[in-house]
Amino acid sequence: MAGCSAAAPAETGNGAAGSNSTVELLNVSYDPTREFYQDINKEFALEWQQKTGQTVTIKQSHGGSGKQSRSVIDGLEADVVTLALAYDIDAIAERGLIPADWQKKLSDNSSPYTSTIVFLVRKGNPKQIKDWDDLIKPGIAVITPNPKTSGGARWNYLAAWGYALKTNGGDEAKAQEFVAQLFKNVPVLDSGARGSTTTFVERGIGDVLIAWENEAYLAVNELGKDKFEIVNPSLSILAEPPVTIVDKYADKHKTKEAAEAYLQFLYSKKGQELAAKHYYRPRSQEVLKAHTPAFPDIQLFTIDELFGGWTKAQKTHFADQGVFDQLYKP
Amino acid sequence: MRKSFRNRGFLPGFGMTMGYTIIYLSLLVLIPLSVLFLKASTMSWEQFIGTIMDTRVLASIRVSIMTSFFAACLNAVFGVLVAWVLVRYQFAGKRIIDGIVDLPFALPTAVGGIALTSIYAENGWIGQYLAEWGIKVAYTPIGIWVALTFIGLPFVVRTVQPVLQDWDLQMEEAAATLGATRWNTFWRVVLPHLLPAIITGFALAFARALGEYGSVVFISGNMPLKTEIVPLLIMTKLEQFDYAGATAIATVMLVISFIMLLIINYLQWKINKFDAAR
Repeated sequence: MAGCSAAAPAETGNGAAGSNSTVELLNVSYDPTREFYQDINKEFALEWQQKTGQTVTIKQSHGGSGKQSRSVIDGLEADVVTLALAYDIDAIAERGLIPADWQKKLSDNSSPYTSTIVFLVRKGNPKQIKDWDDLIKPGIAVITPNPKTSGGARWNYLAAWGYALKTNGGDEAKAQEFVAQLFKNVPVLDSGARGSTTTFVERGIGDVLIAWENEAYLAVNELGKDKFEIVNPSLSILAEPPVTIVDKYADKHKTKEAAEAYLQFLYSKKGQELAAKHYYRPRSQEVLKAHTPAFPDIQLFTIDELFGGWTKAQKTHFADQGVFDQLYKP
Repeated sequence: MRKSFRNRGFLPGFGMTMGYTIIYLSLLVLIPLSVLFLKASTMSWEQFIGTIMDTRVLASIRVSIMTSFFAACLNAVFGVLVAWVLVRYQFAGKRIIDGIVDLPFALPTAVGGIALTSIYAENGWIGQYLAEWGIKVAYTPIGIWVALTFIGLPFVVRTVQPVLQDWDLQMEEAAATLGATRWNTFWRVVLPHLLPAIITGFALAFARALGEYGSVVFISGNMPLKTEIVPLLIMTKLEQFDYAGATAIATVMLVISFIMLLIINYLQWKINKFDAAR
């Protein structure tokens, strides 16, 4: 049984002892990263083989970020988790599978790549949507998923909130009014980000889709440059999807060394290049510069500076009877 | 009449099979459902009431029950019609139609939901014509009704069909000889006989619809207080790692469905007795 994941019994650190063994990792991730991690896994396996002689196979599991987090809590033995928001990893940490200070272990808040929230509009931008202010105008139909069920939608909501906060000199009441107005313009509240994309793209509903930058690029590239275009708002949120080792399971499987190298690989030049290829913003300035046309300069704020981190934002805005429940009364 | 608990049938092994039955039911039904109650009991009574008396939760319970009820009603009427045609008439392609009835059983309901949404959305094949009449189906309670009718269809057909098949035609002939019109024969002779089966089918379709998630999330639009169904709210709670809150709502639904099934069983028993007495 142990053979399915254990490397040689005595790992020495330089990998020499494991020269003829194999190692298997399970990466539990969220929905839109499937193709990205397929590329990463291939490259990492190659590199790891050259370095240690060990064959590494990486299994992937994808689904909604919150659901994936629950699977790990309920016993899915992931070696690493790569989720959409820190709150979902915090929830795992609360159950003691990961140390509470996990986000400090890797550089850049344990987020090797980032993204931001942009708008997808129909070709030619018939409703002339240029910035967040246009989304609250009467007669504009905005498509975004439900922040209560979708982690991605929580980024959308906080991006809108942050914009209103910053442009109103930090006035919370005005921000709340702005976001309430915005959600009045939402005709369909899908349960997940992909559902919203389908509603906007396939069903032809809505004038603007609030989406992650990488998702917006995928939609444009796969569904036709002649049908949609991306609008970059003047101000948006820095979405930081975090990654970490699930210490308890990695220790149990004796895969910690490989798991650590796997996550470090995301920060390497190669890993950053792949992130950029899949339209995630690389952390490496060098790689980012090489891809500047794809990643226009948007002024970005972080969740820590405006909302005091995920746990606090979650509690204030998305918990039951929280701000979202109060402002969203159709 | 007294029946002994251990009724010796001609097949051996009551002890073994009874034990198997109990274990099987426990592992698959009783233990999981009691965990539900256990989890909900981690809340205080005030928290529990607070969770289920929330306006959004109440609204979603209303939406779920109303749409499930109307879906089951529609199926009760048209399911009988489908069963009737399949039993009473011979025509080319009958076996294929008979097979199609079961499709909602076999299909992952999410697939059904996506298909229904794409057809009934405002730019869909059917939706665009309905929109001209001012009828919106997708993203309204009507859409939920359509999805729940879809997943409930086989229940009524498959419970009524065998009863119709066993039905003795002589009864109808007798009615005809006694001068009953065709409508009278159906209304006074055939329908009362079918009623227990129709009610069973109705109950099954209704209970199934109450818990349906996959097909509805796509077509309902999930608007709070308007088109949010109970299973979606349960998912919402889980998404916030609020296991107790989710199980509290689930417990309420469980109790509601259980009461419904009891009522319907009672009705059925009444009808059977009435039937036997005639």
